Formats: sequence, C-alpha cells, structure tokens
Amino acid sequence: MSAFRRDKKEEEEGSGNPFQNIEKTTVLQETRTFNDTPVNPRKCTHILTKILYLLNQGEQLSTTEATEAFFAMTKLFQSRDVILRRMVYLGIKELSAIAEDLIIVTSSLTKDMTGKEDLYRAAAIRALCSITDVTTLQGIERYMKQAIVDRNSAVSSAALVSSLHLTKIAGDVVKRWVNEVQEAVNSDSVMVQYHALGVLYHIRKSDRLAVNKLVAKLSHMSLKSPYAVCMLIRIACKLLEDEDSSGGGSSDSPLFEFIESCLRHKSEMVIYEAAHAIVNLRRTTSRELAPAVSVLQLFCSSPKPTLRFAAVRTLNKVAMSHPEAVTACNLDLENLITDSNRSVATLAITTLLKTGAESSVDRLMKQIASFVSEISDEFKIVVVQAIRALCLKFPRKHSVLMNFLSAMLRDEGGLEYKASIADTIITIIEENPEAKETGLAHLCEFIEDCEHTSLAVRILHLLGKEGPRTKQPSRYIRFIYNRVILENAPVRAAAVAAMAQFGAACPDLLPNIQVLLARCQMDTDDEVRDRATYYYSILETQDKPLANHYIVEGLQVSIPSLERALHQYTMNPTDVPFDMKCVPLAAVPSEEIVNPSAKGGQADGMLISAASSGSKVLAVAATVSREESYAEKLRSVPELVAFGPLFRSSEPVELTESETEYVVRCIKHSFPQHLVLQFDCVNTLSDQLLENVRVEVETPTGYQLVQEIPCPRLSYSETGTAYLVFQFPEELGATVGTFNATLKFLVKDCDPATGLPDSDEGYDDEYMLEDFEVTLGDQIQKVTKANFGAAWEEAGATHCELADTYSLSNMGTLEEAVKNIISFLGMQPVERSDRIPEGKSSHTLLLAGVFRGGYEILVQVKLALAAAVTMQLTVRSTNPEVAELVTSAVG
Amino acid sequence: MAILDNDGNRILAKYYDKNVFATAKEQKAFEKNLFNKTHRANAEIIMLDGLTCVYRSNVDLFFYVMGSSHENELILMSVLNCLYDAVSQILRKNVEKRVVLENLDIVMLAMDEICDGGIVMEADSSALVQRVALRTDDIPLGEQTVAQV
Repeated sequence: MSAFRRDKKEEEEGSGNPFQNIEKTTVLQETRTFNDTPVNPRKCTHILTKILYLLNQGEQLSTTEATEAFFAMTKLFQSRDVILRRMVYLGIKELSAIAEDLIIVTSSLTKDMTGKEDLYRAAAIRALCSITDVTTLQGIERYMKQAIVDRNSAVSSAALVSSLHLTKIAGDVVKRWVNEVQEAVNSDSVMVQYHALGVLYHIRKSDRLAVNKLVAKLSHMSLKSPYAVCMLIRIACKLLEDEDSSGGGSSDSPLFEFIESCLRHKSEMVIYEAAHAIVNLRRTTSRELAPAVSVLQLFCSSPKPTLRFAAVRTLNKVAMSHPEAVTACNLDLENLITDSNRSVATLAITTLLKTGAESSVDRLMKQIASFVSEISDEFKIVVVQAIRALCLKFPRKHSVLMNFLSAMLRDEGGLEYKASIADTIITIIEENPEAKETGLAHLCEFIEDCEHTSLAVRILHLLGKEGPRTKQPSRYIRFIYNRVILENAPVRAAAVAAMAQFGAACPDLLPNIQVLLARCQMDTDDEVRDRATYYYSILETQDKPLANHYIVEGLQVSIPSLERALHQYTMNPTDVPFDMKCVPLAAVPSEEIVNPSAKGGQADGMLISAASSGSKVLAVAATVSREESYAEKLRSVPELVAFGPLFRSSEPVELTESETEYVVRCIKHSFPQHLVLQFDCVNTLSDQLLENVRVEVETPTGYQLVQEIPCPRLSYSETGTAYLVFQFPEELGATVGTFNATLKFLVKDCDPATGLPDSDEGYDDEYMLEDFEVTLGDQIQKVTKANFGAAWEEAGATHCELADTYSLSNMGTLEEAVKNIISFLGMQPVERSDRIPEGKSSHTLLLAGVFRGGYEILVQVKLALAAAVTMQLTVRSTNPEVAELVTSAVG
Repeated sequence: MAILDNDGNRILAKYYDKNVFATAKEQKAFEKNLFNKTHRANAEIIMLDGLTCVYRSNVDLFFYVMGSSHENELILMSVLNCLYDAVSQILRKNVEKRVVLENLDIVMLAMDEICDGGIVMEADSSALVQRVALRTDDIPLGEQTVAQV
C-alpha cells in the first residue's frame, strides 16, 4: 500500500497536480474497481476523491452517469475503513442533486446513524437528511429525535443542522421535534447550543409571541456560545423592528437592554454584532448610539485588519444618519487613512468626509485620489456617494469635487459605478445652479466615449432638458450631433430628441437644428428616422404652443394603459379617431421612488411609434403606478367597468386601529363622473366567519349611491373587498365632504382549526369605522410641466383666472406651508419649486394638475413670511367651476 | 469557501447559496476576479460584488471565506481561521499546494465538517481535525518523524 502511495507521489513531482489531466469518462470507468471484493480502501478513496474533485471543478454529470457512479459507490459500504466511509457520505451528498433512486441507501445510512461508531454517526445523519424527502422522513423521525439529544455534540449538531435544512421541505415534521430541540439548547457544547437556537427560532418564527418569550428567557440565561449570542441579537433586532413598524416599542424595552448589555460581552464577535445591530436599528437615537460608537472606536485601533474594517464600515453607516455621533472618532479615523488595507482606508476617508469640516475637504480628496485606482468598484461607489453628500453639504466646494468626479468618469469602471457618478453629477447640477455649466460640460465629455447605452441616453435626455436654459446652448449641439453620427440606434434616437428640445426652446438655433434634423431623416434606423421626421415637421410650423405641447412637455399618460387602450382600439375597427383623453394620466412618481432611468425613458415615450429601446422597457416596468395596479383590480369587477377609465386612486386610509378585530382600509377611486370607495377588510378573529360584508355610509348631500357590491364571504386572516359607487354631485362645491361609515356583516361562529362554520345560522353585527373625507386632492391628478412659464403664459390667454389672498396663521415656516399646500391640493410641484432656498422670506410655488374630466389646472402660489405666512393664490383652469373650487377649498 | 492556487485556479470551492453564482462559470469568474484583487495586497479583507471576503494566504495557496455584506465579519474570520488551522494541522504545517492535493480527501472532509449548507458546523480546528479522523498510522515511518518533529 505504501508502495502505491510512493509511486503516486513520484508521478506527482513531475506533473505538479495529480488531478490535472483526469477525464470524466476514465474516472467513471475506474468506479468499477468499487465492485472488487475485498474492497481496497486506499484505491477507492483515491478514485472517489477524483470524482469529487471533478464535480468541484464544475464538471457536469448526466443523470445516468451519476446514478451509475452512485450505485457503484453503494458497494463501498462493505468496507470498514473510516475515511472511505466518510468519503462515501460526501459522495452521496454531492450526487444527491443529480442521481436517481437514492432511497436505496437509506437503510445503510440509518444503520450507521444508530451504530456505535461516533465518527460515522454525525456524517451519516447529514448524508441521510440530504437524500430524504417528506415520505421517507417519517421512517427516520424516531432516530432523528434521539440524535438531537445525543450526548455526543457532533451527532447532536449534525442532527440539528439537518433539521434546519429539513424545515424547508417538511416544516411540520420538524415542528414535532420541538421538545428535543429545547433540551439541546441547554447543552454544554457551544455549537450544539447555537444550532439548537437556530432550529428553535425557525420552528417558532411565525409566532411572534413565542419568539419574544424565547428571547426573553435566553437573554437571562447567558449562553456560552458566541455564535448563539450573535444569533439571539439578530432575532432580538428583528423583533424590535417589528415592534416599531406596528407602532409600539420604547427605547427601554428589555430587548434593547439585552443588546446593549452584549456590548460588554467578552467575545469581540458578540460586541461587534451588538454594536452593528444598534447602528442598524432604524429608530436608534444618538443617545443610544453613543455606547456602540465608543466600542467601535476601540476596534479602530485593533491590530486585526478585519476588526478595523468591520468597525470603520459600521461607523461609515452611522455617519450617514448621525454624523455628529461619529465626530468623537475622527482622530482614530485619521490614523486609518494610511492603513495598508485599501478598503479600510477608503471607508475611513469617506466617513471623515461625511463628518469633517469644509476646510479638510481638499486634503482628504487629495488622499483619495492617490489610491482610487487600486480599489474595487464597490468602494468607488462608496466614495462617489460620499462626494455626493459632501456636495450637498458644502456647495462652495463643487469645483474641486466636480473635477475629481470627472477624473473618475474617465477611468475604467463598470456600468453601476459609472451610473453612480453620472447620478451624482446630475444631482449636483440640479441642486446647485452654479455647478450646472461645468457639470454639463463634464457629462458631454463623458458621452464622447461612453460604452453604456443606457447612460448615454440618460445624459442626452438631461442635456435636452437643461441645455437650452444655459447661457450658450449652441455649444452642446455639437456634442449631441456627434452622437448621431457615431452611436447605435437608441443613442441616436435620444440625441435626436435632445436636439429637438433645443430647437423648441431656442428660436435662434432653430434653423441649424432643422438642418441637422433633416439630415437625420436619412438614418438607417426606423425609430431615429421617425423621430427626426416628427420633430422636423412640428418645428417647421413655427407654432410655439404646439412645440411646447409635443416637444417640451412630453406625454403625460401612463404608458401601459396607453398601450392597452391602443390595442383595444385596433381590435374594433371604427372611423372615430383615437381619443387621447380617454387614457388615464400617469401619476407623477414621488421623489423618493423615482428611478432616474425611468425619467429618461418617459421622455422617449413621446414618440407615436412604439419603439422598443431598452430604456423604454425599463421605464414601463418602473412606472406601473399605483393607479395601474388598482385599475387592473377594478377592471376585474364587472359592475365597475361601465364607469369609464380610472382617473385617480388615493393612498389607503386606515378606518380602524391596526390591532382591532376587523381591520378596514379605504381607497378612494375617482372616475370621470363617479366615486368608487374600495374597502379592504381583514378578519382577524379565527373563530368567526363573516358573510355579506358591506359598508354603510352616511352620504353628504349631493352624492347619490349608485351601486353597492358587498364581499360575500370573509374567513380568518383573509382580505376581502367591498365596493360602494357614488355619482359625484353636479355642483363641484359639494364634492368635498365627510363620510361616516359603519361596517355591517353577518357573523357565523366557526371552528378556528378548520374554518368551517358551526351552524348555518348567524347573526347580524356592525362595527363603527372612523370618518373619512373626500377632498379636492382625490379628484386631481398630478402632472408635470417641464416649462411652467410657457404653459402659464399660454393659459393666461385661454383659461379663466381666479386669484385670492389668504393668511395662514397656523403655519410658522414657509416649508411647512408649502408642504401643506401640496398635500392639500394634491397637485404636482413643478420646476422644483417645492424646495425653498435657505434664508428666504418669500417664495413662489408652482403647481400643476388635472381635474377629473380632463380640466387642466395651473396654480401659482406666492408666499411671504412675516409674523405668519401670507399667501396669494392664482388659479388658471380651463373650467371656471374648477378654479372656483380650488380657491374656495383653500380658504 | 474556496481554496485557490497561486495562479488563481480553483483547488476546492464550495458555494452554499444557489442564488449567488449559480453556475460554475460565474463562480470561476468571480474567483479569478477575487484573486486578482487580493493576491498582491495582503490585507485580509475585501468587499467584492456585494460580498464580504476574508482571506489568508500561505506559500502557494489562498484561503477564502465569503459571506453576504450584512454578515458579521468576525464570524467569517473565525470560520477562515478554523479552515486554515485545520488544514494546517491535517497537513502537519506543510501548507502547500502539492501537499493539499495529496491529502485532498481529508481536506474535503474537513471543509464538509466546517460548514453544512451555509451553516457553521464547527469553528474549533482541533475538534474538527479529531472529527475527520486523520490516520497517523499508515504514513511511512520516515516521513512521519520528519513531519512531526
């Protein structure tokens, strides 16, 4: 035997890697050796190793090959060699995914698992559990229970970990083992304790109360295993988060106390986990942060790079939300800037950038520049984000930062990295008018050689929007036209659209643009040609309002519903031209969720031909709005189809406390002439079955109840929906009012386990709901105006105007007033007029919207701050009644 | 968890999350990338493709342990230390590529014992070595004495 080994070794000296030249087929041939009697363990182990090595290198076995190898392997159970047996287990596990008929080894494995040899037992359990399914599991359940409480820690651990994996396929079976697992938690072995806790948590995780109890009990027990404590901290955090989201929870809850006490644990791992947990809790206050930060500060000076890395990374996170809390660590962080580990150094610098003062910015930037090329893309993104935050904080430093960013843009990097830089520059441009020209220049330079189509499209769109308003629009034309010559079709199309924007906004450039557009009409791509022709003909009319409508403003309907409407239109041949008005308007996504690439895509949508450029697909996915999903739902109710397209849906309003017997939420849907109230009801009582659930509403005068659609059946923890349909009053002034609602239903007592009613008889019951209001905002859809000034001028001629002055005595600041006005009117602030420059005592807020029925509304609000806020409101609308409603509603 | 050689090629690697690097090709690409980032600077920890990776090298071998970026770095480190120490004990301190390949079977068993389906099984290297049941008896006498001095 040793001769064999030596021979092998000599071979290896030459080739270097004994496994280098093996082939799948030869190895599979060799498995025949497994059939020899008596088994030669040495040789078989070697062959088995080869198979495993092959699998590990990513070699694929077919099902037959795997099954054959597997059957050959089963022969090896005859041998009593420890290593060979263990390798067989490993082989079984590896092949379990591909081979068939694995069940035949169950009995051999069961024998090993219950046998005397401890070395076999643990591994046998794990191998066995990897091949069992729900049906065979019943057979070995008894052995598993025994194994969990086995005295040998390895066996117990193996059983516990396997049960954890089994919860995925047979959760119910594992639940029955809860007593054994409970016992294992008290084990002396550290790993057993950890694994048992894991299993216990998984068994109980759906039951919040039980988890709460578990954590409360164990946090007093002082677990031995640091892993278990870490796990416990995570569970506690999750509970805390849940508590927070459901409203309750105070800072001195026992859970939080437990986490805090872990900061004084003797294991570094636990200390870090606790600090990390505190930092990541959403509602942590600076006072609670202080102990965690001081622990992390200590870690910063640790000799271990990992510890330093962990600490700095967490501090970096703290700096985002509570920069002042980290200031204490600034000195330690300064020392880490020169750390040999680039990751640590980068994180330290970016943290300092977030916490530091304006004066240190230049120095830190120089430091980063020295090694930015050495770090990975992930970290570059971190750096970029830090710079973005910095730019917003210190607008005066923009030139330094902008230069740095443009240098980074020129470097090598992936799409995500480039996108984050471009994003940052775009934000800076939007926030800081001084930086606009330089920023645009950098972006122009960037698209000169940008290999990412989506980015180029976005930047071109931005150029089209911002370029015409700069001092020298003509200089951007060259950059944009270069794209038309050099790039692929989507970019060319975007460039054409951008050029048209210039043409519409700058009359002196118009002749040149027309020449360029005419040239684009020769393009090889349909989309580009279409766009060029479209813009060319619009611009040729020299009609300002027309150009405004079709080039600058873009399309404001929601794209999926437009698609659907057009599809329907083409299905039924008619002579009537397609009416754009019947397509619901797209809701303007709120600032936080707006996806920058969607912005670019939306503008592309102004084309009449439905092109399928990549960015557009993205945009459609991102802008499927709240209305869309509701419209989809409402369409499925046949009674509601007759009322026309959905105009606007409100946010859900809670009509009950969240913890009551029945939870009801109301969503107000406005249709052109009708109001549909959608009541989503949840039954939280497991012993009741509700039938004929409906909501009765005391209607304000003027409203007429048209239809009532009750929810026929509502069983435990299900959500059911009842609808009420009203006709809006003729007089617009009466549309704003309060509704008092009562939930009425038939209760049948039922068995909590099965959900079947005890008897057929039930009794009527009712439940008071909170009042809710239908406001002006519910009837107005937000729209954006890219060029409010032009639209306002135009409206001055065609629309009626109403103006009034109000004094808002209960509002102390302009910000507050602006926020309230926007939420009250439910209109879209345009041209970023909702942001108030600091230190101003007057402000003009511009709002745009469309009233149900398609009446356009433009509102200009002039605010002045003296002792209280004074407001002058001017409304221009196509419908005088609507204008009156808006002015009267505000008062 | 991965062991790579000094050209960035895989010796052994095991991925436990099917959602991350589902195919062998992606895995190898990631390993190559990881190796390029790490083989020069001896910095112990790095973030790559949204994963936190801790690593350690010896002669011509690189040991890596990867985890999600939310994972406790110190736990990953303890796993790495366990892996390294266990391999080092199994190979009697000759942590080299050639020796690893000679004892690949035992190293495979050790990796299997450290982690099962993504759950840490054992983090104490001596307990681990005991479990994989190294046979000391059938190593040739001469080699045994040299190695164990």
